[in-house]
Amino acid sequence: MASAPHGGRLVQVPQTTPDSPALAGFGESQRLMVTKETATTVANIANGVFSPLEGFMSEGDYLNVLEHMRLESDVPWTIPVLLPVPEDRTFSGGEEILLVDEGSRPVALMHCEGSFGISRQEYANKVFGTEDRAHPGAARALDGSSRAVCGRLKTVVRPDYGEYADHTLTPQETRVLFSEKGWDTVVAFQTRNAPHINHEYLQKSALALVDGLFINPVLGKKKAGDFKDQVILAGYKEILANYYPRASVVLSVLHYEMQYAGPKEAVMHAIMRKNFGCTHIIIGRDHAGVGSFYGPYAAQEIFKEFPDLGISPLFFREFYYCRRCAGIASEKTCPHKEEDRLNFSGTKLRKMFSEGETPPKEFMRPEVAQAILRFKQPFVE
Amino acid sequence: MTKYTSVSIPLTLHKRLETIISKKTGFKSVSDYVTYVLREVVAMHELKEVPEPFTSTDLEEIKKRLQALGYL
Ligand SMILES: [Zn+2]
Repeated sequence: MASAPHGGRLVQVPQTTPDSPALAGFGESQRLMVTKETATTVANIANGVFSPLEGFMSEGDYLNVLEHMRLESDVPWTIPVLLPVPEDRTFSGGEEILLVDEGSRPVALMHCEGSFGISRQEYANKVFGTEDRAHPGAARALDGSSRAVCGRLKTVVRPDYGEYADHTLTPQETRVLFSEKGWDTVVAFQTRNAPHINHEYLQKSALALVDGLFINPVLGKKKAGDFKDQVILAGYKEILANYYPRASVVLSVLHYEMQYAGPKEAVMHAIMRKNFGCTHIIIGRDHAGVGSFYGPYAAQEIFKEFPDLGISPLFFREFYYCRRCAGIASEKTCPHKEEDRLNFSGTKLRKMFSEGETPPKEFMRPEVAQAILRFKQPFVE
Repeated sequence: MTKYTSVSIPLTLHKRLETIISKKTGFKSVSDYVTYVLREVVAMHELKEVPEPFTSTDLEEIKKRLQALGYL
């Protein structure tokens, strides 16, 4: 049996088309322009990825999440889901707001329940643990608006995932899929990277313990130097076609903006995958971290705070190719020194690909490396 | 923000819990420990009887899409 949705119910906001009469006739003061990333959040709320949220957080939920890592209902939640608004706009409770994208196309109709102020510094400190602008999430928070509007989504325009539509499954769909496949236990793998050999070992080690593996790469805004979305997907298609048992693996993408909030984001990653029906999630080294802002295993430690999360984390140490072991090993199984490990920094890897070279097969499957080389510019600039 | 209330438990049980907590790290008080354990219990109960998030019509449509995309 799949995991129960977080908070007990899979949220489904009614969907409509952009030309629906329900979305017409809104004046300038009732329209709010949202970024592409916020539109993605709207879609995730609407199809239940963020269950039990039915809209953007109220002040009560927001403060409770910051202080206690829980919604006001006591349900675990670690990163606020806010709808920031320009500080000079006012919205009152009870009115309907039409959210529109940067091209003025309707995104959703929201029942406004009021607005509230946010301390940007407090947000950065409590969510990311820092006000250092070298942290991409903290920098974004510090530069963001200090006002948010809250409310329930009434209707959303069916999201258009363009070239990724055929690889995008909703929680309803994955739940049906896992059930049809007869999987009682499913482990999720979160990634924002093209697959390396070490990822493959991590996934296969976890798969050995459960019925199915759900590979769920995150697509969306990332930081410079990360692989582009198309590259990640192309890499996974290659590795799945060549090295994975088809019957026990599902690949589908998740449209979501990485926050790089380390431990707190690891918990959010688990909650989202619980909503997709997963019973387990892989948490490796420095999960959702950036630079050296978080301890290498801080994202594993935080799960101790949540006996009621409803999805079980599977903790792994880092895998790598060890020259002396002459195979893939992990920090837990290999006694050798760091110099014996085959490793490439992001910088070295980027240089390699930009010069048309590929890393050795002990680091990356040749099919994956070739798929990456087919892209002129595989990295986010 | 989270508000708190009191639950009565026998003093003898409270003392036994204090002994456990003094030996274990991670819990600051008996209240913290009891909250943790009760959340575990509550989660177990909530796992049961969650309604399917789709109707039988939805189900057929979802299966059709999954088949068309090669997932099924
Ligand atoms: Zn070794």
